[in-house]
Amino acid sequence: MKINTKKDYLDYVDKKSPNSPILKNCFNAFWVGGLICTIGQIIFDFCEYKGFDYTSCSTIVSITLIGISAFLTGLNIFNKIGKFAGAGSLVPITGFANSIVSPAIEYKSEGYVMGVGGKMFTVAGPVLVYGISASVIVGIIATFFV
Amino acid sequence: MDFIQSIDLMQLLRCFIVGGLICIVGQILIDKTKLTSARILVIFVTTGVILGAIGIYQYLIYFAGCGATVPLLGFGANLAKGAITEAQSSGLLGAFIGGVKASAGGIAAAIFFGYIASLIAKPHIKKQ
Repeated sequence: MKINTKKDYLDYVDKKSPNSPILKNCFNAFWVGGLICTIGQIIFDFCEYKGFDYTSCSTIVSITLIGISAFLTGLNIFNKIGKFAGAGSLVPITGFANSIVSPAIEYKSEGYVMGVGGKMFTVAGPVLVYGISASVIVGIIATFFV
Repeated sequence: MDFIQSIDLMQLLRCFIVGGLICIVGQILIDKTKLTSARILVIFVTTGVILGAIGIYQYLIYFAGCGATVPLLGFGANLAKGAITEAQSSGLLGAFIGGVKASAGGIAAAIFFGYIASLIAKPHIKKQ
């Protein structure tokens, strides 16, 4: 690419500059996300070692990670991790937990029924609607065609 | 101490790498498409249901363990797996019961801990 005018240069900078934040964001997302999954795996191995079956182990892992995430959200630590790690803390089950816990705390002032109880599902609601609806469709297909 | 010796380090490494890669996909979606986080979570959970229904995701779970089950894709795959298993054992009724049944622990935990946290924690005003 030839750079003759100032505009060409600005276009060039514009094209090049977003790359480095993306790489950095991806790197942070990678290791934080990987670390959360690894913590999950260690909890899983521990449950297996204690003699739980596979399904129970998975459920215990989910509940524990959700509990830790709720605790850290309450202390306002999770939001800081989220700012740093982006998708690294959003995509694991911790992000789902944070999306429930965070509005529950923020909207406390609007009351315990419509504030906490209602706003809790601003982000998690869509996730449950689409996830559960899709699973019902899959189940119906499995009933008739498999 | 038996437990620490029984940990499979290769398994942890596979878990770390696969879990990290799934998060990178999410990060690229955030940076490149400007989708809101709610949409990204919906995309992940729905994709998980589809991958779980086709049966591909099960292989990733065999390979990476929690690296595949902890991300929301795994939550979706678990919904699909539950719906299929229950549908095969108790028919159409199972199609409605199975998905939520399989992920009930996670959903209930998130709601319960969320409620408890809201009772204890003070709101933090976002500076944005």
